[in-house]
Amino acid sequence: MSNPAIPLSIQDLTVAWHRRPVIWDVEFDVSPGRLVGIVGPNGAGKSTLLKAVMDLVPKASGRVEIFGQPWHAARHRVGYVPQRESVDWDFPVSVLDVVTMGLYGQIGWFGRVRRRHREAARRALEQVGIGELADRQISQLSGGQQQRTFLARALVQEADLYLMDEPFAAVDAATEQAIVEILRSMRAAGRTAVVIHHDLHTVPDYFDSVVLLNMRVVAEGPTQEVFTRENLERTYGGRLTLLEEATEALRRREQRL
Amino acid sequence: MTDALSWTWHYDGVILLTGILCAVAASLPGNFLVLRRTSLLGDAVSHAVLPGIAAAFLLTHSRTGPILFAGAVVAGLLTALLTELIRDIGSVDEGASTGVVFTTLFAAGLVLIVQAADSVDLDPGCVLYGALEDSPLQTFRMGGLELPRVTLTLAAVLLLNLVFVLLFFKELLISSFDPGLATTGGYNARLVHYLLMVIVAITAVASFEAAGNILVVAMFIVPPSAALLLTTRLSHMIWISAGIAATAAVMGHFSALILPRWAGYRSISTAGMMTLCVGLLFLAAALLSPSAGVLTGWVRRVRLSLRILCEDLLALLYRIEERSGAREISTIASVEELSRKLLCGRRMLIVAGWIQARQGRLTREGDILKLTDTGRREAALLVRSHRLWESYLVTEGVGRGRIHRQAETLEHYTSEGLRSRLDTGLPDGTLDPHGSPIPGEHDFRSPPDA
Repeated sequence: MSNPAIPLSIQDLTVAWHRRPVIWDVEFDVSPGRLVGIVGPNGAGKSTLLKAVMDLVPKASGRVEIFGQPWHAARHRVGYVPQRESVDWDFPVSVLDVVTMGLYGQIGWFGRVRRRHREAARRALEQVGIGELADRQISQLSGGQQQRTFLARALVQEADLYLMDEPFAAVDAATEQAIVEILRSMRAAGRTAVVIHHDLHTVPDYFDSVVLLNMRVVAEGPTQEVFTRENLERTYGGRLTLLEEATEALRRREQRL
Repeated sequence: MTDALSWTWHYDGVILLTGILCAVAASLPGNFLVLRRTSLLGDAVSHAVLPGIAAAFLLTHSRTGPILFAGAVVAGLLTALLTELIRDIGSVDEGASTGVVFTTLFAAGLVLIVQAADSVDLDPGCVLYGALEDSPLQTFRMGGLELPRVTLTLAAVLLLNLVFVLLFFKELLISSFDPGLATTGGYNARLVHYLLMVIVAITAVASFEAAGNILVVAMFIVPPSAALLLTTRLSHMIWISAGIAATAAVMGHFSALILPRWAGYRSISTAGMMTLCVGLLFLAAALLSPSAGVLTGWVRRVRLSLRILCEDLLALLYRIEERSGAREISTIASVEELSRKLLCGRRMLIVAGWIQARQGRLTREGDILKLTDTGRREAALLVRSHRLWESYLVTEGVGRGRIHRQAETLEHYTSEGLRSRLDTGLPDGTLDPHGSPIPGEHDFRSPPDA
């Protein structure tokens, strides 16, 4: 079953909040060296899916394998880019400090941040085009610069699989272009990225394959084959209300004594 | 000096040292409470350790010893755990669930303590205010020396907290800033959180007897909050907060010595004064912080508007010269006239005139204001900036009626480099859109009747 060549393999994954399923029976594999978009309406469980992969939220059932191993054994091969709003941008740290945090996983408990770590962080900042901002306090950054900082923090980890939660949300056109170029150079280096994405227009341009998600996987596969009008209607359209109705009934039942 | 304050080393020295140790020990972990936006947890834990203390007390009938600390640590952890639990099952926010947990635990502690107080001496009043003044009196003998117990305990706690913050700096930083990244990187954010809670509980217990609740709660939160106003670096913030805490302890002790005489009180709670002083230090930081201070902001605004007024005055005199051809202006130089033209108050205008005269940009004889050569050169550059901007804005398609207002603002922020870039971009660099000549960068216009 487990295949060390497959960056991410999800089987039968269900996550529930208070017994109410957020994602249901999700199953797909990601092939190496591909850019994979995860697309779906708000509340479809996209962020939850990524968090469940990294054990940040408990799984109700299912199995996740990273390069054929369970999460905790393959953790160091994964780079995570959370949503920009998930952190406090008034925190008293510099841009370089934030990027260096990407290396804390390698440094380990009690280890010290050394000059080579900070140099690696500086290089990553150069790579995303904001090398000159390294010593700024993070509250002075624009939205696009914040996103580039997060991207640099992921780059510095030199991971094989990247999980990104809406890196394109509310960034300027120049930043969007910079992120796309970085994603492509990652792919050229044989890396894999799974990216939550909102802008449907750019999906065929940016991603090799897509996962259309609305609580369950509506469709997944190469973008040309799967990213069709029909599938999108099934993802965003009304059919899933049946599923929602069922969960709602389930929840009401739970509340009755 | 020491006489006037009736200062004695073996008494006041110990009180002061105890206060400083307590304040600094609390401020160190407090930085992370503030940054995690869980400031109330410091308050909560320092109240919630009471049942732990009381239970340990009932068990051992002693106010010291490891069991007391163990009881407090358990209570502290319980607070953190229960807070999370109630937040999740009660679906209320963190603040509300913290409030539920610590008031309940504190009340339970009070019930227990009254039980205990019947058999042994433990005073509920001491819980709030502490008895810093008693710290020199509670001593124990070690190696032939009479040593103050509470002071030594607090010294040990300060050392512990210092080691904790230094050793786990990286772990505390990442788990406070981005718990998700911390956990995926192998630093269990919850584990770090509970470690911090243990440290907070130990600090609260150690300070309890000497300093009481109020001082500890204040020192957890107030010095770090003040430090956050003064710096943008976490490491600096920690040292600054420790400095503020120590300063407040020193100020508090001396005011507790001095104030009663002035006011005619018999005595004042030292811990209370220290708490008051740290509040005052926070106020000072909030007023004077270089980046966010209320007062600094006001001074900055006044200085900026004065600078702009000074420049506007020069530019106005230059334009009057230009229009009338005269080198001195007596006719409209009345203060009322100028202040009406420059839209400013009389007093500000007088200050601006005085500043410019002092800096040799204009001279004043009676009612007559004259530009000096230096002043005229600077005024020419301002007018040049203004007119270049107007020309530029017209080429950018801004309506003629609106260019003056915009240029009026922009002229004050235009460097030589910017001016030359504006100049090269213009089709005709000699006249502005209103037909007035644009002064050159280096040859300011000589007055016609020179």
